[in-house]
Amino acid sequence: MSSFLFSPGLILIFGAALVPVLPLVLRRAYLLLLPVICFWYILGLNPGDVQTFEFMGYQLEPLRVDKLALVWGYVFSLAAFLGVLFAIHQDDRVQDVSALVYAGSGISAVFAGDLISLFVFWELTAISSVFLIWASRTEASYRAGVRYLIIQIGSGVILLAGILFWFADTGSLAFGDIGIETLAGKLIFIAFGIKCAFPLLHNWLQDSYPQATPTGTVILSAFTTKLAVYALARGYAGTEVLIYIGATMTAFPIFFAVIENNLRKVLAYSLNNQLGFMVVGIGIGTPLALDGTAAHAFCHILYKALLFMSMGAVLHRTGTTKASELGGLYKSMPFTATFCTIGAMSISAFPLFSGFVSKSMILTAAAGDGYWGVWAVLVFASAGVMEHSGIKIPYFAFFAHDSGKRPKEAPFNMLLAMGITAFLCIAIGVYPAPLYAILPYPVDFVPYTTAHVITQLQLLMFSVLAFIVLIKTGLYPEEKPSTNLDFDWLYRRLLPKFLRGSGQKIAVADQHIRSQLLLIVSRVMQTSERWSGFNGTLARSSTVGSMASYAVGLLAVFLVLYFIA
Amino acid sequence: MNDDKKYWLDDAANVRKIIIGVVVICAGLLAADFFYDKHATFSIEGWYGFYGIYGFIVFCAIVLIGKELRKILMRDEDYYDE
Repeated sequence: MSSFLFSPGLILIFGAALVPVLPLVLRRAYLLLLPVICFWYILGLNPGDVQTFEFMGYQLEPLRVDKLALVWGYVFSLAAFLGVLFAIHQDDRVQDVSALVYAGSGISAVFAGDLISLFVFWELTAISSVFLIWASRTEASYRAGVRYLIIQIGSGVILLAGILFWFADTGSLAFGDIGIETLAGKLIFIAFGIKCAFPLLHNWLQDSYPQATPTGTVILSAFTTKLAVYALARGYAGTEVLIYIGATMTAFPIFFAVIENNLRKVLAYSLNNQLGFMVVGIGIGTPLALDGTAAHAFCHILYKALLFMSMGAVLHRTGTTKASELGGLYKSMPFTATFCTIGAMSISAFPLFSGFVSKSMILTAAAGDGYWGVWAVLVFASAGVMEHSGIKIPYFAFFAHDSGKRPKEAPFNMLLAMGITAFLCIAIGVYPAPLYAILPYPVDFVPYTTAHVITQLQLLMFSVLAFIVLIKTGLYPEEKPSTNLDFDWLYRRLLPKFLRGSGQKIAVADQHIRSQLLLIVSRVMQTSERWSGFNGTLARSSTVGSMASYAVGLLAVFLVLYFIA
Repeated sequence: MNDDKKYWLDDAANVRKIIIGVVVICAGLLAADFFYDKHATFSIEGWYGFYGIYGFIVFCAIVLIGKELRKILMRDEDYYDE
């Protein structure tokens, strides 16, 4: 390629600079246009395209195009467009700029060919995205945003440390296979793991995403965690420990999703669970598994955005996403209810919906490599997805007991964004060939076999049957307004309590030491006052005569001593 | 805000229809297990109706375990006081 090439995310990042000065109508058109230009530009890129330059003696590569990066490039720019369209009714320049810079840095990060470029855009995703949380402009969102920022920036700092060690070890800054054998590899692995919401590092996700604006969460759900999945696929494909980390991620958030009342938080747990499938694929590391991860990331970004959009629309219209306050909304929001159900069927992997054609690749790869325990966990988790995302989300928001709420249907732009996304979810499910064509490795995978379709339908329909039985027998737990403790309890409750407790102890000790010191100082002052103060022995004013008599006395003592000696 | 309009799902008979529909589909899916080759990777996969039974049990287990977890994890809504 001889033409001038640059990192495609820069279109959104630099494009955002104009947003604050444009009047509303122009701004709306402009916001929609930028992701389209970005998408079109990425379509024109070919594997092998690079842009490199030297910076302070280091070879940087802000653009490195290959098939893995392209999958993410396509879906990220698509998600940016859908996210912007979903939010276009509002007039909030902060969110507009934040969303563009965030999406742009996500896109640039996946095209980064060296670790320094990766680090720069990695941190930029953190800084730009926090404004989508703060834009809710509540005390709770402010605090959640600060926690989010600390953890995200922390991931960047660990990444930077890892990069420095890596450069010292290898002399290279290229972002390729890293592996967890070295210290540098471990540090970078942890940095990626934080952003990917590994178990025990996961809680920033469920803490912050539900606090963002109705439109902000849609944007947030697409980029950060999938960027981490991409980075793991690039640096740690075939790292076996990822299989077990991923399997854990698919399983444990399910239980939290079951008991959570805030439906956007349920979706955040569900997001975590979906990431687990992708991480397992990376751990297996075979071409089929990595293709499965890429395909699943692609499908997941769309159906997860669709689900967050539907809950965003509900929040926009009713002011809440608490299951205990919702129900029966299908009566006045039938389109939103339909789109939500399509998202729910996609994530649950019903045949003819997008999740089916991508998740089955990962499951087949796990089974094919003989990981039967992992496979059993993944099937277990699939039934769990059906519970919290397939049934719980649409059921408690739009059906269940009638809350009496009759909100207006979502604004037209929201419906349009949901409609396009829902169409894509079904189109990919019905005709997966174009998706398979863009995957990193040649695909020889047939999703629609009789066995696949029947067994998957059995799993899902018997889950529905189980749900009906549990509801009818009254065993299904009632939705209650509540907070459920998760790992964030450690740093939101235990740690502050401990610090406050030890703070008090320090204060007491400090006070004790200070009072002792003060006592000593005052004693010293008293003593010096007695000796040197007004009328003090050493401060008495003496006449010349008395001075002479002192001198004579001293001489007399000297003489006596002299003679004795 | 309440309206008096009757919707299709407000009628208990229609909800019954849906439930019967689900039961019929499940029965059909079990019956279908006789008619195709499963080419199972693990022997357990080849068991008759494995996915249906596994799905049903796992689903109930998840919900009931979740219910028990509430006893440990559930706090007031404003627990963190923000």
